[in-house]
This record gives sequence, structure tokens and C-alpha cells, in this order.
Amino acid sequence: MNRIHYLFNHKKERVLSIYFTAGFPNLEDTVSIMEAIQAGGADIIEIGVPYSDPVADGPTIQDSNKIALDNGMTMKLLFEQLIGFRAKIHLPVVLMGYLNPIIQFGMEEFCQKCKEVGVDGLIVPDLPMQQYLDEYKALFDQFGIVNTFLISPQTSEKRIREIDENTDGFIYMVSSHSITGAKAEISEEQITYFKRVEEMNLKNPRLIGFGISDSETFSTASKYSNGAIIGSAFIKVIKDSKNLSEDIQKYLKGVKAQ
Amino acid sequence: MIRVDEKGFYGKFGGAYIPEMLYPNVEELKENYEAIMASEDFQKEFRSLLKDYVGRPTPLYLANRLSEKYGAKIYLKREDLCHTGAHKVNNTIGQILLAKRLGKKRIIAETGAGQHGVATATVCALMGMDCTVYMGEIDIARQRPNVERMKILGAKVVPATSGSKTLKDATNEAMRAWINNPVDTHYIIGSVVGPHPYPEMVARFQSVISEEIRWQLKEKEGRENPDIVIACVGGGSNAAGAFYHYYNTPEVRLVAAEAAGLGVSSGKSAATTALGTPGILHGSKTILMQTEDGQVVEPHSISAGLDYPGIGPVHAHLFDIGRGEFVAVEDKDAMAAGIELSRLEGIIPAIESAHAIYALNQIEYGKDDIIVINLSGRGDKDLETYIKWGGY
Ligand SMILES: Cc1ncc(COP(=O)(O)O)c(C=O)c1O
Repeated sequence: MNRIHYLFNHKKERVLSIYFTAGFPNLEDTVSIMEAIQAGGADIIEIGVPYSDPVADGPTIQDSNKIALDNGMTMKLLFEQLIGFRAKIHLPVVLMGYLNPIIQFGMEEFCQKCKEVGVDGLIVPDLPMQQYLDEYKALFDQFGIVNTFLISPQTSEKRIREIDENTDGFIYMVSSHSITGAKAEISEEQITYFKRVEEMNLKNPRLIGFGISDSETFSTASKYSNGAIIGSAFIKVIKDSKNLSEDIQKYLKGVKAQ
Repeated sequence: MIRVDEKGFYGKFGGAYIPEMLYPNVEELKENYEAIMASEDFQKEFRSLLKDYVGRPTPLYLANRLSEKYGAKIYLKREDLCHTGAHKVNNTIGQILLAKRLGKKRIIAETGAGQHGVATATVCALMGMDCTVYMGEIDIARQRPNVERMKILGAKVVPATSGSKTLKDATNEAMRAWINNPVDTHYIIGSVVGPHPYPEMVARFQSVISEEIRWQLKEKEGRENPDIVIACVGGGSNAAGAFYHYYNTPEVRLVAAEAAGLGVSSGKSAATTALGTPGILHGSKTILMQTEDGQVVEPHSISAGLDYPGIGPVHAHLFDIGRGEFVAVEDKDAMAAGIELSRLEGIIPAIESAHAIYALNQIEYGKDDIIVINLSGRGDKDLETYIKWGGY
């Protein structure tokens, strides 16, 4: 069974997914960051494949993408780094990347590599649902890769239902109309949107991301969904860290505290 | 037939590869733009503004001394005489009327040379709409007068400080701003780039250029079709406008002049078809300059309006099927052509447009051929670059 399915079969609340950019802060940090995320008690690891033009991302993740690329991170190198990681990591692993680097690598080869190294799912923010269905779904299915779609407060009910229909994993709820980046708190308006989607009784679990940063925002998001995704706030933690493993675990402990 | 299909593709190129957050906006536009553009009320307002505000039709001018020098009958389509100094305003007039009909209150735009920014700020002033323009930090420095023009017109100019700090990054910032303000804001894209329906919509607004060339040439030469149309290509909006009514007339040769910067192989170039490969940029599948790993390469051109690593999907298609002839013009040659046109015809062209003039040196033609060069803009905004370059 795909590890994403297994996770949501066994855990329905306060699922915590952590995003980091591969090759940041240092080129060779990938697997040690994954180990620390697992040791810190998160449930899903989301590895960002750096891209020169991340249009859905705010300044923090833009910076981490740029630094990772300057460090020399490439898709090929990432897959090399990931060889054998399953000996140490049992959490579901999702790659998050923009479409262009993936199609240059070759979608089939990409899916095959994901399967080979033990990646469970993908988030490709600029891959629209129709294109996915027309061109790539068969490949994803063939290699057992779970695809994740985003929805936002502007997504219509009809479209959310279509996305739910075509998803078999989890739905990534973008918390507000915004690019990635930590905000101080969650507004009433956002909560209305969280509730509205919750009441739709979708077949897929939902994780809320963008603007989740600490135990308070994590708990609020988790109240109306199956859990949350932290990206920019985590990038800030590892950015200036002198001791990645320790700082990551300390941060995650704080986020998970109720 | 060259036309967009219902999924937004020209052959292999086009589509709408956008984050889901932009889907409602782009869908709203896609569902409405054709009906709005076809409505009588829209057409009336659009046509009347093009006439009385922009100053259309722009002249089709027989450039005698240039013709003599190059040994062909060369006409200049004088988009440089449009209000605000370039063809860009044809599109911004169209899009602001569309935005109004969609009930939008705010406008955002990206700009390279600042011409599209000025054209956007202008129509926002005209319609009393709030306007924010994203512009690369490097372009802000090299197109100072246009930055000030936008500010005088009441627009806010926001520097894009990521990546190459030029047009590509300004476009990224505008897209991010649209994600952040999806409800009341319309994004006026300045070229035939971006997700469907932008490339087709912008091309249709610009198609007034070739619509006029046809009847003007008929008046002057007794025929609607020139032998060759030449235009510069950044994203490709002035070229798409000049080519539009000739796409499916194979006897008219379509020549696209790209910016080669310091030379196609110099590593400092923006010659997209010469250096690019198929991929995805700013929401459409097109040809772009990228590394083997799919990272977008930072382009270079002395002309801010051509300093872009991609081209609109329709041009990628013209290139792919061999319908267009693509030439790459170096900075130094474009500058020389700009000065040459100034001396021969008393017209100081925008450096973008000077690339199209220089293309005369790179293509074959006969002395009886009628050539129309789309003079997309005037050189006022580039005075500082001309002064620094010298050589006159
Ligand atoms: C005068 C002029 N010509 C051409 C361009 C390039 O744009 P496009 O290729 O969309 O016509 C610009 C862009 O700023 C411009 O100002």
C-alpha cells in the first residue's frame, strides 16, 4: 500500500507535513533534514525541487530555491541523494516541484525514479487537473504515484468536487488567497472557508497549507481538517541553523505541543 | 490554418499551466472574453478610443531613403506614433474595457521597457482605476523616464528584485500579486504570453495593426498583401498584431527579429528560437531558454522590451512549422540600425523596433518586393541608452 494511504487510514487528526527545499541550506543536507523531520514526529515529508521561477511561492521559499540552485541542486542529483533513504525513513515522502523541470527530466523517467527511490506522491502546483488527466494520470497510476491538487478559497464547489473525484491521497487546501509565506494568525474569513470545505464531506483527507507556522496555527488548521503543511516557517528555522537536527526537532516539538 | 484551438493551443504550444489559485480568474476570462469582445458596445468603445485617443489608424509610410538604401519598397507601419509611443496601448485599451465589463476595480501589470507599464498606467488614469506595475530593478534603472511617466500617471511601480531583475521576474511578481488579489483585480499582460486566453486575446487586440496594413497597402499599392512583414519579437505582441491577418496567407513572408544581445553564442542573448527548447514559462507551453535541468536562463538584450527568455506560443508554433523566418539581431547592429533610421528618415526608433530594421540585412528579397516593417515604438524612452552607446 502507498504510504500516503496507509498514513491517512491510521491517522485522521493533526497530521503534520513539513516542506523543505532540496539543496538548502547546504547541498548535501537532504537526507539528514528528512531524518530530523521524522525524529521530530512529523507525519509527511515534502521535498521541494528547486526552480528558477516559483510563481506560487513567497520570498522565503523563493530564496531557498535560489540558494539551492546556486548550491548546484538538480533533479538528477536529488534522485542520487535519495537512493537508499528508505533504509532510514518510513514516513510518506512527497516531491513538490514545478512542471518544467519535471518535463525536461521526462515525466516517465521521473515517475520511475520516484518509485525506485521510494517517493510516494507529487505536488505540481502548475499542472492543471485537465492536463493531468489527459496526459499524465496513466503514468502516475502505473508507477503508483499519488498526485495532489491544490484548492483555494476561490475554488468553486463544483471544481472542488471534481478535484476530490480525481484525487486519491489528500487535498492541499491553500489557506487563503496568497502565495506561500508565514502569516501571524488565521482570520475569521479563513475559518469560514475551512468550515465550508469541511462540510462538503469530501472523500479525501485535507491538509491546510500556506501561512501555518506554529502550534497555534497548526492546531487551528487541524480543527477543521486532517492536519496542516508547514513550509516557509520551517525554511526560516533551518536557514540559520547551526545544528539542523537539534533545531528541527525542537521546532517540531513546539508545533506539535497542544 | 493558424488559429488557437478550444484548449488554448497553437499546434503543440499554448495551454494554461497555472496554479489552481489562478484557475478561477483565468477561467472567468476565458469564459467571457470572446463574448465581450464581440459585443457591439465593446467594439464601439474600443474603436472610438483607438481612433480619438490612440490616434489610429497609424500611418503606413513609404520610407524612400531607406528603400533606396536597401533596394526594396519598404513601408514603415508607424506604431511609434500611437499615444504613449508604442503599439502596447492597443492591448491595454482593449483589456481595460474588458476589465471594466468584468467588474474589476484594480489593475496590475508587468513591464520590461516600461512601454506596457506606461500604456497600462495611461488607460488606468483614463478609466479611473487603481494601477500597480511590476518592473525589474534593472529595467527601472535603464528606463528611468518611463518609470517617472507611470508615476505621473498615478501608478504605483513595484520593483521586482528576484532572478535577473528584468521582464521575466516582473511577470513572476505580477502573477504572485494576482494570486494574492484574485477577486477585484485584473492582470493586464503586455504581450502574447501567459496562460490561455491571454496570447490569443492580446493578439486580437493587436491585430488592428495588420487590419490597417491591409487596407492601407491596398490604397497605396492596389494590393492587400506585402511580400514580407518584419517585426521584432520580445514576447511577440507587435509581431502577432502585424502578422495576424497574414498568418494564413502563405505568400506573405513573416519575419521575426529576436534579440541576440552580445551574440547568439555569447551567453548574453535573448534569441529564444535560436537557443531555446520546448518547455513551460509563465503558464504556457512554448519555446524558452533553459538549462538541461529545466531552469529558466536569464536572458540579455540591450533592449528591455526584448529581454525575455521565451516567446508567445503562437510564435513558437510559427517557428515549429516553418511559417515564420526568425533572425537574431545583436545589440550593436540594432543600435546601428536605430541611428541609421534616424539619419535616413528622421525617425528615432525604439531599440526594440531597431532590431526589426536591422533584419533587412539578414533576409533575402528582390528589388520589387514590398516590405512592411512594424515600427513598434519610438526611441524617446531609449535616449539614455543611445547617449551611452554613442556612435552618432
Ligand atoms: C517599442 C516596443 N517594441 C516591442 C516590444 C516587445 O514586445 P512585443 O514582442 O510583445 O511586441 C516592446 C516591449 O516593451 C516595446 O516597448
